[in-house]
Amino acid sequence: MRKQTFSALSLIWRGLSGHRSWQQQWRKPEPKTRYDAIIVGGGGHGLGAAYYLAQEHGLSNIAVLEKGWIGGGNTGRNTTIIRSYYLFSESAALYDHSLKLWEDLSRALNYNMMFSQRGVMMLAHTVHDVQVIKRHVHANRCNGVDNEWLEPAQAKAFCPPLNIAANIRYPVLGAALQRRGGTARHDAVAWGYARAADALGVDIIENCEVTGIRRDAGGAVAGVETSRGYIQARKVGVSAAGHTSVVMRMAGVQLPLESFPLQALVSEPIKPIFPCVVMSNTIHAYISQSDKGELVIGAGTDAYTSYTQRGALHINMHTLDAICELFPEFRRLRMLRNWGGIVDVTPDRSPIIAKTAVPGLYVNCGWGTGGFKATPGSAHLFAWTMAHDEPHPINAPFTIERFRDGNLIDEAAAAAVAH
Amino acid sequence: MEFTHGGEAHLVRPSPPAQVDDDTWTRFLYMRDNLKGVYAERWRHARGCGQFFNALRDTTTDHFVAVYKRGEPRPR
Repeated sequence: MRKQTFSALSLIWRGLSGHRSWQQQWRKPEPKTRYDAIIVGGGGHGLGAAYYLAQEHGLSNIAVLEKGWIGGGNTGRNTTIIRSYYLFSESAALYDHSLKLWEDLSRALNYNMMFSQRGVMMLAHTVHDVQVIKRHVHANRCNGVDNEWLEPAQAKAFCPPLNIAANIRYPVLGAALQRRGGTARHDAVAWGYARAADALGVDIIENCEVTGIRRDAGGAVAGVETSRGYIQARKVGVSAAGHTSVVMRMAGVQLPLESFPLQALVSEPIKPIFPCVVMSNTIHAYISQSDKGELVIGAGTDAYTSYTQRGALHINMHTLDAICELFPEFRRLRMLRNWGGIVDVTPDRSPIIAKTAVPGLYVNCGWGTGGFKATPGSAHLFAWTMAHDEPHPINAPFTIERFRDGNLIDEAAAAAVAH
Repeated sequence: MEFTHGGEAHLVRPSPPAQVDDDTWTRFLYMRDNLKGVYAERWRHARGCGQFFNALRDTTTDHFVAVYKRGEPRPR
């Protein structure tokens, strides 16, 4: 079946004809008994990896196995912030690779990502913040990543609701602004990659939980046990976010990961008032406004590991304290809903996109609290790694062995908190 | 917070340090079981006696299953 393409003309035409002629966006196939490659996890990272395996590396017999529904995990639970101003050269290369893919993604997939480069502003509240953030700005510029320092009045001009009064508990002493940063529609990322991968013959199999990984006599991957039967595959890529430890344990691989709940919340929808994304690591507030009008607010991780997909209320209260001080006019807004996702965090807060000690088993994990922005880049590099059985130069530093060899990419120390 | 989380319990520091190889150090310092289910963890009574103790907690519900002293074996 030929895929419908989206265009202004097709939207108008099908709109006028009652929206009755839209096709299903992807098939619902039964799992085959054998695939050349299997991706475990149908979030943006996994679906994207399947798409790039098919599109760039010529594999056609690929399945994505998702235990729930696609995009129902962290892809649908994040605050959609996209930026690339990381301190270390390895990270800057990785995240900027992703940002460059974002810039062309809607066209490449023929799917509206609602990608909006409205600018991401990171606030400084203390003398230490000012020093660290200016260091970030300089490091970014050396790495060819746009980032600029704003004085408080300039920050206020860029984001009028911002309170720059000097007498608040954590006054705004300045900010770094990445103008190329912004937001995208989270569901569209999963749906767009799913539709494009499906068109290239990838089987997207929902409600299919991986329950075991079989290995042959030589120790290499032979296939996966699932809730819908055994499926053979010589290449298995695990892209299961907070559940990566659980899946990798099935192959006897232990990882330097801990899983934490990370929460977010949205307000009731209001008219457009907030023109950009504002982040503050120091007082833990992340805020933007969705196209629907809700203020989308990100909170921090809980202080203990958990798989519950809910977090403690005081974490949200802490974030709302910060939001109310920075944006006093939001004090009377009501919050509509809050939720949690389970994020897998590495000791250095940098991801792992790598081969494992098990031949044919690959892992893409450790994105922690900041995986959404990396979706296209992560998927692209993971597909490369699986296709070539060796990492792309950009993800070569992001191995499991870096912990043994002492080559940490310590964004944990660079950002001090979740990023 | 009266109690603070101290991570996975029963990790034994390898010894003597000079004779421990890199893989053993890596396992001790970085690798974690990160279990989904009943997990043995260290907790600290931070706003009380300040002592560390061990607990079994179900990470799918956050319910505590058992509490025991540090140094004691994991309860069955």
